Amino acid sequence: MRQGEISLVGVLALFSIYLMWKSAELPIGYIRGEGPGGGFWPFWLSLGMLLSCVSIAWNWSRGKSPASASDEPLMDAFGWRTVMLVGGGVVGFVALVPIVSMYGAVCLFMLYYLRFLGRHSWPLTLGLALMLPFALFFFFEGAMQISMPQGLPFTQPFFDLMYDIIY
Amino acid sequence: MEVFSFLADGIFLALKPVNLALILIGVTVGLFIGAMPGLGSVNGVAILLPITFLVPPASAIIFLAAIYYGAMYGGAISSVTLGIPGASTAVATTFDGRPLALQGRASLALVTAALASFVGGTVATVFFTLFAPLLASVALNFGPPEIFALMLLAFATFVGLGGDDIPKTIFSICFGLVLATVGFDTISGAPRLVLFDIQGFIRGIGFIVLAIGVYGIGEMLWTIEQTRGEITTTNPKMTAKGLASDAKEAVQRGWKGTWIGSILGFFVGVLPAAGATPGSLMSYGVAKIISKTPHEYGNGSPDGVAAPEAANNSASTGAMLPMLTLGIPGSPTTAILLGGMVIWGLTPGPRLFLDESEFVWGLIGSFYVSNVAAVLINLAFIPLFVWMLRMPFTILAPLIFVLSIIGGFAASRSMHDLWMIVIFGLGAFFLRKFDYPLAPAVLAIVLGPIAEPTLRQSLLLSSGDPSIFFIRPIAGPITVIAIILILLPALKLLRRNGRVS
Repeated sequence: MRQGEISLVGVLALFSIYLMWKSAELPIGYIRGEGPGGGFWPFWLSLGMLLSCVSIAWNWSRGKSPASASDEPLMDAFGWRTVMLVGGGVVGFVALVPIVSMYGAVCLFMLYYLRFLGRHSWPLTLGLALMLPFALFFFFEGAMQISMPQGLPFTQPFFDLMYDIIY
Repeated sequence: MEVFSFLADGIFLALKPVNLALILIGVTVGLFIGAMPGLGSVNGVAILLPITFLVPPASAIIFLAAIYYGAMYGGAISSVTLGIPGASTAVATTFDGRPLALQGRASLALVTAALASFVGGTVATVFFTLFAPLLASVALNFGPPEIFALMLLAFATFVGLGGDDIPKTIFSICFGLVLATVGFDTISGAPRLVLFDIQGFIRGIGFIVLAIGVYGIGEMLWTIEQTRGEITTTNPKMTAKGLASDAKEAVQRGWKGTWIGSILGFFVGVLPAAGATPGSLMSYGVAKIISKTPHEYGNGSPDGVAAPEAANNSASTGAMLPMLTLGIPGSPTTAILLGGMVIWGLTPGPRLFLDESEFVWGLIGSFYVSNVAAVLINLAFIPLFVWMLRMPFTILAPLIFVLSIIGGFAASRSMHDLWMIVIFGLGAFFLRKFDYPLAPAVLAIVLGPIAEPTLRQSLLLSSGDPSIFFIRPIAGPITVIAIILILLPALKLLRRNGRVS
């Protein structure tokens, strides 16, 4: 944890410097007759972020925060595995949206999570994984009139059929 | 006395069968839309606006106001049951609502939220009835320096009341404020902070993207990792008797927060451009300051649920005031309501109360009726909402992920934003591991677009002299209180060190 905290502070400090540099593309000072420039607010706030990082690092060096006083690892093997499987599942879900449509991705994600992570029975898994996309379709496309991504052209027959039902 | 006669006429108008039916439908629809992460009152009002052309203007605005009310009640539901604030106004509700749900007291949290919302809405409507023209003129005195001072006060409550790690809280606030500046400089129109030259950033980063990332993905990952997937909650009370005992407990343990939220929320809501989010946040902060048990806040205090919920309902009624009396919308939803009124041929402004008194008093009457309808419908649906929490976590978790992603897309309609939700979620998980408070960042991204232009306009007014925030009669005291709150942790630390030595 101790090593992790200072590494994170380092990354955040670098990001703060990047934001300061990026903000400075617009004027960061006071322009007579126009007021503060467009970069004024983000630049000084990014500086605030950087100074906060310095302060966090100072507290770390004195062992003031719980993480800086801990020799425990950030996560054990189970924690890393859980984060990789669940977080990876969410990343995969979003990656599938432009390919199999939002509703297809919901179906596949539910299958993955319920069956492989949750170890639920096939009837429950299939029931939820197939019913949820339909319920979401009727809510978003029918009631709220919000169109979701439809994926690659091979999903079009499904959408044609569903739009025939709701319109 | 004239006011009461107008009000009686207004309530009778709202109780006409067609209007009553519209109120019941509007509140129910609003409740479910508000409960959905990513969708808020603005979506409901915008989508159903065309339907209102089928009914007279008075019925139409009553219907839209009922949706607005229902959605305000509904915002608490996703905050408590899913831990995701469906709208920015419900962020503060997660602070104590979610811990209560994790302790198996979701029904207490939801009942407290419903009752506090009812009191908040009713108190605000009474204020609205009695003082509308007077308050509208006071609100007009709030210029950019006063609004900025108010924003400063909102941020100061975080620093003054935040956890032990003040630098991390300040980092979180600054981070949220910087994220709010991504996209375009609203004053010069120049592209600004287009990070890594990725064009998707030109559209900016919306509140909902950060909120869903932090709460829908990051917080869920953290919960799964911490509990090793074995989340245990006691079976919530589902009986009428259980609800009644929760209601009794909510009144006993949440009355203080309810009153603070009801009164403070209304006055912040009345201010143009301020709205319900700073109102709910400040009410939470003030309730914590004056509480005898501030350590309970953040761990499941009913007062911590009541204060922001009463405030956001009170503020949403308050936000109607500048819309009707001055024609200035206080929130995106009131902006759509204003648009509707213009389409129906009504001109909001000081003369509306005189020229269209039947319309105005019908609307005010509908606030009272909608409030009663909303609290009853909300209480009736609480068993359904807590039922969700009885699902095994391995079913609830993927449902929350799906609702987060699909709700995130519904709000932004952009794949770039979906990826940002995932990145914020993973980032939030690691920041949470190292005790960075993330709620300040979420609220800062909401308040940033109000704070920045008001600061720049104020400095332009004073030719760059920051004393403008101290010498104006309204801005001065607010700024001083904000600075005291910011310095409070340092003073506490000095006192503690003094005692130790």
